[in-house]
Amino acid sequence: MVKMTDLPTKGGFSFDLCTRNQMLLDKGVQMPPFRKTGTTIVGLVFQDGVVLGADTRATEGPIVADKNCEKIHFMAPNIYCCGAGTAADTEAVTDMVSSQLQLHRYATGRESRVVTALTLLKSHLFSYQGHVSAALVLGGVDVTGPHLQTVYPHGSTDTLPFATMGSGSLAAMSVFESKYREGLTREEGIELVAEAICAGIFNDLGSGSNVDVCVITKGQTEYLRNYQLPNPRTYISSKGYSFVKGQTVFLEQLLLLVSKLVHVEAIFQLRVDEWQYRINWGLVPCLC
Amino acid sequence: MSIFEYNGSALVAMVGKNCFAIASDRRLGVQLQTVATDFQRVFKIHDRLYIGLSGLATDAQTMYQKLVFRHKLYQLREERDMKPQTFASLVSALLYEKRFGPFFCQPVIAGLGDNDEPFICTMDCLGAKELAKDFVVSGTASESLYGACESMYKPDMEPEELFETISQALLSSVDRDCLSGWGGYVLLVYAALLTPTEVQEKILKGRMD
Repeated sequence: MVKMTDLPTKGGFSFDLCTRNQMLLDKGVQMPPFRKTGTTIVGLVFQDGVVLGADTRATEGPIVADKNCEKIHFMAPNIYCCGAGTAADTEAVTDMVSSQLQLHRYATGRESRVVTALTLLKSHLFSYQGHVSAALVLGGVDVTGPHLQTVYPHGSTDTLPFATMGSGSLAAMSVFESKYREGLTREEGIELVAEAICAGIFNDLGSGSNVDVCVITKGQTEYLRNYQLPNPRTYISSKGYSFVKGQTVFLEQLLLLVSKLVHVEAIFQLRVDEWQYRINWGLVPCLC
Repeated sequence: MSIFEYNGSALVAMVGKNCFAIASDRRLGVQLQTVATDFQRVFKIHDRLYIGLSGLATDAQTMYQKLVFRHKLYQLREERDMKPQTFASLVSALLYEKRFGPFFCQPVIAGLGDNDEPFICTMDCLGAKELAKDFVVSGTASESLYGACESMYKPDMEPEELFETISQALLSSVDRDCLSGWGGYVLLVYAALLTPTEVQEKILKGRMD
């Protein structure tokens, strides 16, 4: 009989392995480092809407795990969310709220509002008391106008005209504090966001690689993936490493043919006896 | 001592032209003692999808059993095999479900998707996906593997060249890691138009120390 724990669960977290993991911790085993997004994420409000920006480096301890990851997550066609903190948490929480918003859109028949996303995010994060480590910059344009909010891992939120989060937030905030003004145009807004992210990329060790930008206005969203690439790989040798065939010594080799080539002809004109002849002699291609 | 260093492992997957390769070491240890030299870390899900699991060996085996179970249920319901992208989401969800008491394993997924497009992906032990277009690494030798793959990888390699590159990257990296090595295992899957999908498994000769 299949035990209840074996069937796919209905959703939510499962705490089955906590006792075992606590036992390991007590024996002196260290917990592994989770993949974090060291990160610089920013957002600002300009005259027609909201511009969001993020760097693209994902770290695992001191090592760069992903040189070009996506930190600007889709929530709704008119709402995007940048995420910093533990990568699994930001991805899971933004995916979950994005699905909830879609269901809400189906139920209400209206475009999603930024405050809806905000409330769903903050109530989830607060109920886990900060253990779901996701720091988010939520921006979007809905019927009530452009909105930009920050959400902290413990569930508090701020509504701001310009915001930065992540390990590179101080570097980016210095750029915003000196250059931000109300009523920026679209080009000025994008340029300022790119400059702030670059400040994070070059001055903060947890942020790096490229600049992603997302511009949200009433009725239109533009996701500019890899808007700037200020860190190209210039050190690759053009020759590369080439290994001759047979350089690697192997002890055993197993070659498998996975699928037969299926060559099916439509044979409509055959008489019944000829068909039988073909089956007997194995000339009918088998479907596999 | 970290829980990932209890058994020791090295895993790498690379993408080539209409082919992918996934390679692992073969050592199973209990801290510094070697217990087995033929340990399987790369598992088959279906003909065109393979998963390698590094980290704590018991969690890797449990994770594999759960995944095979879920895939078989999927096959019964959908009457077809899972696509690699879908499978990656399944693995991510299973790992994130245990967010506050995780499985100590890091999967490397490699498969052929629609139009024989190779797909590789890795995750940390909580399920944060990293979809790469070139190579992914995992295990105690991951730092050396990052360096070796970064310099040896070239885009659009043919299957023979891909096999050589991934083998050399694996062998040179595990030589710099005490906890992994003792031979290598490489699985190469190659699909092209009008030829059957080829699967090659090779056991590599490496340093046995």
